[in-house]
Amino acid sequence: MASNNSIKQILIVAFALCIVCSVIVSTAAVALRPLQQANEENDRRSNILEVADMLEPGQSIDEQFEQITPRVVELRTGEYSDELDPETYSPFEAARDPAQSRTLSGEDDIAGLSRQEEYSVVYLVGDEDEPEQIIIPVRGQGLWGLMRGFLALEGDGNTIVGITFYSHSETPGLGGEVDNPRWKAKWEGKKVYDDLGEDGMPDIELVKGGASSETEIDALSGATLTSNGVTDLVQFWLGENGFGPYLDRFRESSEGA
Amino acid sequence: MSAATPKGVLLTPIFKNNPIALQILGICSALAVTSSMSVSLVMALAVIAVTAFSNLFVSLIRKNIPSSIRIIVQMTIIASLVIVVDQVLKAFAYEMSKQLSVFVGLIITNCIVMGRAEGFAMQNGPVMSFLDGIGNGLGYGMILMVVGFFRELLGSGSVFGFTVLAPVQDGGWYVPNGLMLLPPSAFFVIGLMIWVIRSFHPEQVEENQFVMKENTQPKEAV
Repeated sequence: MASNNSIKQILIVAFALCIVCSVIVSTAAVALRPLQQANEENDRRSNILEVADMLEPGQSIDEQFEQITPRVVELRTGEYSDELDPETYSPFEAARDPAQSRTLSGEDDIAGLSRQEEYSVVYLVGDEDEPEQIIIPVRGQGLWGLMRGFLALEGDGNTIVGITFYSHSETPGLGGEVDNPRWKAKWEGKKVYDDLGEDGMPDIELVKGGASSETEIDALSGATLTSNGVTDLVQFWLGENGFGPYLDRFRESSEGA
Repeated sequence: MSAATPKGVLLTPIFKNNPIALQILGICSALAVTSSMSVSLVMALAVIAVTAFSNLFVSLIRKNIPSSIRIIVQMTIIASLVIVVDQVLKAFAYEMSKQLSVFVGLIITNCIVMGRAEGFAMQNGPVMSFLDGIGNGLGYGMILMVVGFFRELLGSGSVFGFTVLAPVQDGGWYVPNGLMLLPPSAFFVIGLMIWVIRSFHPEQVEENQFVMKENTQPKEAV
């Protein structure tokens, strides 16, 4: 067996093994990619359905998702855009691409994103002009990392239907309780603005010691920084740098009615 | 294990030479993934696949592996297999892979896989090594399923997600034991299992490593 330990043999075995293993691994990764993407897409869709309180277990996600219309929105103006396809456009990729995103300066960047996309996708339930629900993607820094989720609002652009986080890295049992259905249920029926948004600033926040008004939600105990993160990201995405300009139109129309 | 027979190689690791109960290997993942039975089952299948195939491949090339880099070679094979298993789970059992999260990747560091590759596959033929991998995976899986059964039954009142003991939250009578959902409870269950197995196989009981001396009476200095 001495020949096995020659330098030549060591190099040959190591090199051959690396080639064979990398071929196997990359074949598996490439061949299974479409299935994995379909799964991730399904997962995202089921999260959207869940936040809208429309998820029926056991039914096809695709069929249920037909009730929901995705639209691309230009965040700055709040107008719909038809230039981008909402099925294929990814706000996350856009946020990384300097050509499709902008840098957020210090005091604007309350959610800790540093870059923000110029176009995002909203999901509408019901009629497009007078939707029953508007679902917006939200994300922001928690204690340990980025929290990503969806926030569902009623058609008046003010009443909250629900919130969900589909990816976060908060401490299990403390900040990780953002997943807890009982805590998420506290969001239902809360208001974003206490004055119908006349000052343009969202009033909703997480408070310690018990929520006492329609724009307050109980903070998570033992998770001050996660709670601050949730407040910041909700205020950011509902504010003037987020979907504020877009949501204005729904508030105006419901005020008039 | 002088003359290894296919049947012996396949079956002894389940009770007689169980990797968890006798060798106390692979405890980490056994604590982490056993809070429900379906997750335990997927984890067990993943480990069986990785142990079996890593044993097979290591055994196939065992005569060509230079001994100075044999551990690296084994690790590379194991790591590649684990990535493949992880990719397959993400493609075909997405919900499961989300629950197992990092623990699929951590199969790489599971001592059972490495131990069998180094301890058995390096000295035995491919077929026997493959069977040995399946056997040890089964031994690991058996413990996982038993622990998962008790933890899910006592912790959530269900088995494989089907309610057996109706918990009080849903209007039943059973007050779930929250401790059973936490990883430390697996220590208790595994400990009790080791006790049971060693009662049937007394030869597994280890000798005391040292004997305490009796207390000496203090004597007055002369």
